[in-house]
Amino acid sequence: MRDAGLIPIWFFVGALLLIYGVLILAAGLYALVSPPEHPLVLANLHAGIWWGILLIALGLFYFFHFAPWRDKS
Amino acid sequence: MAPFSLLLVGGTPSRLVSLSAVDVLIVAVYFVAVLGIGFYLKGHAQTGEGFFLAGRQMTAWVAGLSFVSANLGALELMGWAASAYQYGILATHWYWIGAIPAMLFLGLVMMPFYYISKTHSVPGYLQLRYGEQARGLAAVMFGFMTLLMSGIDMFSMALVLRVVLGWDIHFSIWVSAITVAVYVGLGGLLSAIFNEVVQFVLIWLGALLIPILGLVETGGWNGVVARIHHNLPGQDFTHLWRTVGSFTDNPMGINWIGVVFGLGFVISFGYWTTDFLVVQRLLSAKDVRSAKMAPIIGSAFKMMVPFIVILPGLLGLAVLPFKLVGQSQAVATGAHSYNEVLPLMLARYCGPGLLGLGITALIAGFMSGMAGNISAFSTVWTYDIYRAFIRKQAPDQHYVSMGRWCTVLGVLVSIGTAYLVMQFLSIMDYVQALFSFFIAPLFGTVLLGMLWKRATAAAGFWGLLAGTVSSISMWLWVRMDPAALRYVALSPHAKPMAENMFRGLWCWIVCVAVTVVVSLATKPKPVEALTGLVYGCTELPSEGHLPLYQRPVFWACGVGAVFVVLNIIFW
Repeated sequence: MRDAGLIPIWFFVGALLLIYGVLILAAGLYALVSPPEHPLVLANLHAGIWWGILLIALGLFYFFHFAPWRDKS
Repeated sequence: MAPFSLLLVGGTPSRLVSLSAVDVLIVAVYFVAVLGIGFYLKGHAQTGEGFFLAGRQMTAWVAGLSFVSANLGALELMGWAASAYQYGILATHWYWIGAIPAMLFLGLVMMPFYYISKTHSVPGYLQLRYGEQARGLAAVMFGFMTLLMSGIDMFSMALVLRVVLGWDIHFSIWVSAITVAVYVGLGGLLSAIFNEVVQFVLIWLGALLIPILGLVETGGWNGVVARIHHNLPGQDFTHLWRTVGSFTDNPMGINWIGVVFGLGFVISFGYWTTDFLVVQRLLSAKDVRSAKMAPIIGSAFKMMVPFIVILPGLLGLAVLPFKLVGQSQAVATGAHSYNEVLPLMLARYCGPGLLGLGITALIAGFMSGMAGNISAFSTVWTYDIYRAFIRKQAPDQHYVSMGRWCTVLGVLVSIGTAYLVMQFLSIMDYVQALFSFFIAPLFGTVLLGMLWKRATAAAGFWGLLAGTVSSISMWLWVRMDPAALRYVALSPHAKPMAENMFRGLWCWIVCVAVTVVVSLATKPKPVEALTGLVYGCTELPSEGHLPLYQRPVFWACGVGAVFVVLNIIFW
């Protein structure tokens, strides 16, 4: 798909995951410092934090690996 | 392929979850991204090939993910999670035997003919193989069905968002409709495919936490099984094949003949190999090998979907502190229904942020379903109805404009359908049935057309018509006299699930029988007219020069082996 001058879909996927990762990590950290009144099941695992980190890692990989400017270099 | 009882979820009175600011922001970012992709891709969809077939430049991975994603809508997710709660692991049959063999067959046997024939659509293939009559019949029925299905997607999304989030139903319908009209109208199939890939990633990342955290809570698969046995003693919810020896041994009221031949062969092969909504994604592949690999890649992911759909339903049986009930009972008592199991599990484990991601995945699934129907409708209308019967000679640009306009028109008709369904809920059951009337016989027509050079033009049309009419007749028979189910499904203990399987099987047999008989009584096409269309008359590209790991058949064998092992493990 790079041949047709089209930005790869994976670049868009990476950008979206990066944004979502940051938002989810921030929400997870906020819940860590200010726990909700009615905690969820398994809230002690802080899923939002490690899931946010996972999304950021995936997002960074796809965003930079498929970045359109890499074709020009 | 989703169980449409889900759509009756609207009777539940209060919202299931509340979104925080960060959740709303996550949903809003999704809408901005979808529209942004549509505007960006407008410049790449200026020709007929670009708009209707995404320029035939997709890699096997993109085409394959889009292929499986076009089927992975939110109705699919929520509906089969509900079925898993209600019927147990039996619901997995719709993902494994009801999909994997058909997808592998499509990749290895049928895709070369679809691709080499350079058709724009499945009705287009019928025109090349059988002539205008068969194409016209298939195109009109398909176009009609896709618009109805798109309207149902729209309505069901609005309904689910009202129940889960408390959103206004009209707001949901119009926002989703305008968004789909803009991004498909601008970027055509290319835009639909891009968004389907995004949706695929979001669904996995949005739903994956439920089974992971559920397994942590229960202590793994053995813990799930132990808790289900504890909560529901004496019932088997965790075996795939052990209970389908007879109709009375399982809650679905099905038997192995219906599962293997009705679901696994006719219905599954009919849907996955001839429904243009999914096949269109494969026609966008950049070459024959990619077109063959795409459904094989898709099948590998399809095989994993039960992890995020069926397992949450089973986890609901294992961990929820209350019992979910049927829809009518839920409406009467205010209890939660089976259909709410996935949102309930989402709310159980996912806090702010993660909840927004899960809800975004559901919205993406609904929108993708609508977009898939609209883009397929646009292609079939433009190429198989408008160009074939209304305006045969026009510049390519004219047909692209027609495609864009009919995308908008299709969305407007879908909105009308959504409001019609809102008034008459029973329409949804009829539409689901109408779709099944057509798909099973179409598989017979396409299969004989590809594999039997003796099949004639008249036989293609009459076989398809006879199969469709026989399916409608059986459906009407059972509606007028429910006792007739014992004859259609060959057992007095059969239930509606079995009716669908056996009706598909019978109408496929009728289609094939009529096609064969009429073929033998009519004059066949000369062999040279069948080049590129029929096995034995077509030179298929050799893959002998490729290393083993690059050959589609190698990966198909791998997927097939895993499929067999999984069925044995969960036997």
